[in-house]
Amino acid sequence: MPTHTFTLNGEQVTVEAEDDVRLLWVLRDILGVTGPKYGCGLEVCRACTSHINGKAFNPCAVRVQDVDPGDEITTIEGLADTSDQELHPMQRAWLERDVAQCGYCQPGQIMTAVAVVRKAREEGREVGEADLDAIRNICRCGTYHRIREAIVEGARNM
Amino acid sequence: MGTPPPTPPPDESQPAGSGRRRFLGYLLAAPTLVAAAELGDWGPAAGTAQAAIPTPPQPPELYDLNDMLTDAALPTANLISVRLHSDGTASLDLPRAEVGQGITTSSAMLVAEELDLPLDKVRITLADARPELLFNQLTGASNTTISTYTPIRVAAALAKGRLLEAAAAEFGEAVSRLTGRAGVITSEGGRRATYGSLAKKAASVATKQVSVELKERSDFTVIGTPRSRIDAVDIVTGRKKFATDLRVEGALPTMVCRPPTINGTVESVRNRAEVEAMPGITDVAVVGTGVAVRGRTFGQCIDAVRALRVTWGPGSAEGKSDASVLSELRKAEIPPAVPKLGPLTKTVEGDFTFHFASNSALEPNSAVADVRSDRAEIWSGLKSPIVAQQTIAKKLGLPQDAVTVHVTEGGGSFGRKLFFDAAIEAAEISQKMGKPVKLMWHRTDDFRQGRTHPMCTSRVRATYAAGNVLSYEQRHTSISTDFTHGLGEIITRMASKLPAGNLGFAETIFTLTQQSPYRFGATTQLLSEVDQGFNTGSMRNIYSPNVRVAQELVVDRLAAGMKKDPYRFRREFLKDERALAVLEKVAEAGDWGRTMPSRTAQGIAVHPEYHGVVAALVEMDCRPETTDREVRDGVTGPRVTKVVCAVDVGLAVNPRGLEAQMMGGIMDGIALALTSSLHLKDGYFLEGSWDNYFYTRQWNTPPELKIIVMPPTTGKPGGAGELGVPAAMAAVACAYARATGTMPTTFPINHDDELAFEPEPVQPPIPQSPTDGLEHAH
Ligand code: FES
Ligand code: FES
Repeated sequence: MPTHTFTLNGEQVTVEAEDDVRLLWVLRDILGVTGPKYGCGLEVCRACTSHINGKAFNPCAVRVQDVDPGDEITTIEGLADTSDQELHPMQRAWLERDVAQCGYCQPGQIMTAVAVVRKAREEGREVGEADLDAIRNICRCGTYHRIREAIVEGARNM
Repeated sequence: MGTPPPTPPPDESQPAGSGRRRFLGYLLAAPTLVAAAELGDWGPAAGTAQAAIPTPPQPPELYDLNDMLTDAALPTANLISVRLHSDGTASLDLPRAEVGQGITTSSAMLVAEELDLPLDKVRITLADARPELLFNQLTGASNTTISTYTPIRVAAALAKGRLLEAAAAEFGEAVSRLTGRAGVITSEGGRRATYGSLAKKAASVATKQVSVELKERSDFTVIGTPRSRIDAVDIVTGRKKFATDLRVEGALPTMVCRPPTINGTVESVRNRAEVEAMPGITDVAVVGTGVAVRGRTFGQCIDAVRALRVTWGPGSAEGKSDASVLSELRKAEIPPAVPKLGPLTKTVEGDFTFHFASNSALEPNSAVADVRSDRAEIWSGLKSPIVAQQTIAKKLGLPQDAVTVHVTEGGGSFGRKLFFDAAIEAAEISQKMGKPVKLMWHRTDDFRQGRTHPMCTSRVRATYAAGNVLSYEQRHTSISTDFTHGLGEIITRMASKLPAGNLGFAETIFTLTQQSPYRFGATTQLLSEVDQGFNTGSMRNIYSPNVRVAQELVVDRLAAGMKKDPYRFRREFLKDERALAVLEKVAEAGDWGRTMPSRTAQGIAVHPEYHGVVAALVEMDCRPETTDREVRDGVTGPRVTKVVCAVDVGLAVNPRGLEAQMMGGIMDGIALALTSSLHLKDGYFLEGSWDNYFYTRQWNTPPELKIIVMPPTTGKPGGAGELGVPAAMAAVACAYARATGTMPTTFPINHDDELAFEPEPVQPPIPQSPTDGLEHAH
């Protein structure tokens, strides 16, 4: 079986898996990293959202063979370590606003939120209503409003 | 755990120094302090709203679904217990399911309050199926807080009393000289002991009955204060575990290849050996619902499901479509009874259709099962674990006590987790394969074969004359709702107590839940049901959202007919003070009647249920620049721009959690009114992903949202989980009607528009995952 090497939450990992297995299953079923959730496997619900080299992506839609040894994958479990505090400012904003209900979508929501703020900053601006409206992540518990509040608050501390 | 003697729980006759009511509970023989109380609501039934003549009270005002559930829980003589540990924490094994509604947090608050222990020192776990609880382990109908509010506090208060006694013995001081606060007991003499240090000393050697007083509401420091979820840190760090996150030895990913039509059956598998030889696949087995595959990863299971060549037999809704179901419903409608009245009487009518809607949560149906020859162990998010245990045992041919059912945290429910479709399927697969399995439904299966809220119609006829509404008749006709998750047994058991007499399950539930909050004279609301060919269930309430929408739209028509403002009309005709209060609150906070541009408008609605009442004021934008917004693979249309909601549940244990429940209910109401439904064609539902089934997304959410929690009224908590949906959905519908000048009659309003997506094929039954994810990284 082919092996694949990449950096996962700051550590180099090597894993055996068929080339076309999607990264989400490599993370969850083989490596036991279960923060990224399955909600569709179709790059629609965004519950699996994680970061590759700092950008948000959906590992359910990426074959493990397409991840390079130099790629850095960050899941919700590794987000805090990308900040200099115990929790990332976006996680703290989520606690502050008590965003979560069942929590199933929230790892993906937080990873998306961080990327949305970074993208706006790269474009030299702050997140606005249009950015929030464009977020595709499903929350079937309907926490959307608190998500919006938390993103604005988390951005302030990022 | 010892068995206490059977005694009626509340001892209201016992004289007490303070004159306050005392409650009986138990100290249980255990190595550490354990105090317990019987589950069930101990107070008289609430909901004693004054019904005004000439509108006689409807059954739910006197005795509703919640009263039935709490009464059913009363005589079971089974206990909920609070346990003190040497590390200073207290724990409670809650016989209910947490699916996001926040009951672990609110239950921890009850313990913290009476025990005077910091909230973060209280641990709540979810109890395995406890068959001795009989009817008392069902999480439904927003009943948890109503039925556990008193017993949890009694158990915690008993524990506190016992700790004080242990400290008194230790210090050689009278109990009256001691106070317990924040997990520490201090004496006037200056001695100090932590609860942890007393946990063993306070243990009871024998099980005995004791009585205790509860705190007065004015002394509450935890109940009624806003608290954040106790599992919030686990959630935001990805540590919270759902069923498929569990690591159970040998339980490999498992999926099922499902039929192309609803409940189709397997006739033969043509390439079994070929699929068994696919990479990663360990097993293939035919089961009642399809062909199961087990493998190293779910990705390889998806490949195997897609590769299977199966010959399928017909399903239970073969050839049916929205149109054919609607004509079935039409045939079953009960006509109104009020005859045409004299020439001075006017009639208002409404005829509404509500399409199938999916109660799929974000966590798809999933379960872990490890079935051996003589025993089985199951893990799943379950709201009726006892019925699950009984049914699974029967299916496997095992005695009930050989099946252990663990209740895991659920990733949403909305009615789905009242059933145990994944648990029983996983058990069957594990038995057939002789191996442990971790079963997960594909998203597409969850929409197409999973349970739905049934399609229904609601017809209303109201008559009015001389400023009065004389009659209000509503005839609700629905595809059958499945109640075989335990609620059915409760109804059978409670039949003699029910005011509705000897009706079927569905009619009983309808009668116990549906009420008109208005003084509309002769009021009748009736249900009839047809067709059991669909997989149905409740969806964040059973009938109320649809019944309420129909009624509120007709209320606006009545108001127009009588030349009254919709808000003032409601004020005039509402029966109940609490309903009036929330209505006035939203009208004031939402600036009812303000001038708005054309094709935008406000709508207002009120909904009483479960000893609570909620009002919603909605602002809606139907201008072309809004309705024509483009979102890739999404539905935009009219946008709700503002919602103001006021809620009175009698007593909000956790106002922050209650706000969250209202927010979720509002998002559901918006979805059901405007965008989300299933389209039935040729015996299957076309929707297969979240970009087909249009639940509310960020681009549909109201930019402005205000939720007002009313101060305590009855002093006792009412149900909250489902309360928000009907008022929000109705206010959205009313606002849409006022903005466009057309009363909507089909829900969601876009159901009959051109399909907004390209349906996935039905064979293979699930789509392949894309591979271009890196191109979309942002
Ligand atoms: S599971 Fe990856 S986007 Fe839905
Ligand atoms: S919190 Fe439950 S799906 Fe978002």
